[in-house]
Amino acid sequence: MRRYIVFIPLVLFFALGVLLWRGLQLDPTELPSALIDKPMPSFQLSSLQDPQRMLTEADLKFDEPVLLNVWATWCPSCKAEHAQLNRMATQEGVKIIGVNYKDERNKANVWLEKYLNPYVINIYDDKGSLGLDLGVYGAPETYILDAKGVIRYKHVGVVDERVWQQLKGVMASLQSEAAS
Amino acid sequence: MKRWLVLFALLLPLQAFAAIDTYEFKDEASRVRFQQLTDELRCPKCQNQNLADSNSPIAKDLRTEIHRMLGEDQSDDEIIDFMVARYGEFVLYKPRKTASTWVLWYGPFVLLAFGALVIVLISRRKRKPQAEVADACSEKAQDASLSEADAQRLNAMLKQDGDQ
Repeated sequence: MRRYIVFIPLVLFFALGVLLWRGLQLDPTELPSALIDKPMPSFQLSSLQDPQRMLTEADLKFDEPVLLNVWATWCPSCKAEHAQLNRMATQEGVKIIGVNYKDERNKANVWLEKYLNPYVINIYDDKGSLGLDLGVYGAPETYILDAKGVIRYKHVGVVDERVWQQLKGVMASLQSEAAS
Repeated sequence: MKRWLVLFALLLPLQAFAAIDTYEFKDEASRVRFQQLTDELRCPKCQNQNLADSNSPIAKDLRTEIHRMLGEDQSDDEIIDFMVARYGEFVLYKPRKTASTWVLWYGPFVLLAFGALVIVLISRRKRKPQAEVADACSEKAQDASLSEADAQRLNAMLKQDGDQ
């Protein structure tokens, strides 16, 4: 028994090594969202296309899981993912809510005309107040809301096909969870 | 002398790590609190900077938000809770003492105590065998009383050695 005591430092070393090695694989820019499993923060902001129309969190309930995409015309990555969002909306019928984050209304509307509009509704958050309540720290960010309007997932960065497959999996599991 | 002083002053690395914007504070105390809070809160975008250092738009927004909340006489805890509710525990450069951060806060002391314990145990174990060996030696000395003939031979040998 005593003989094995000398191996304790070696075992500790390997345990620490494995722990730190795993730490190297993590992406430090991906923060866990503090809002997971919290309801959509309340807001009152105008619609991007129609300044007269006021939107609140009650307008975001669709009885099915939806995506909420934070975007802006000043954000190059948003342009990169726009075609993917269009494809998801037109071909797969995904409902995407847009949050136009710290942007200018005219520019944003021109952009949507030019590159097509994948969003079912667009919230005009020019001051970034909703963005702040959502914990947005870099557009584009994409959230999954469940049928009750609760935030269930967050992705920071461009949505490409690979990410979409991931999001789709989460949405499918939320769908079946709601059905059961 | 003066020249040397100037030269020395040039060698001092003077760098200001601070984003510059102007905020008006109603009193000195809230200015100090603003500095403390922006020092302790981390920028979510540029991860190795605090809010005071960072020039990123989000850090600027959060500074403005802290300034606004200070103006509304909210306590430090309220402001920190506000940030944590949105950006998570990540924004705290000084993590809270909760069950999950217990290891972070007290782990080093536990390791230190463990190390001290190991050292004490090792030094004790080292001392013990030496004492045992010494005891054994003295016992042997008592046992090994030479017979008369051997003693004579030994004396003869020693004498021989001494002669040479």
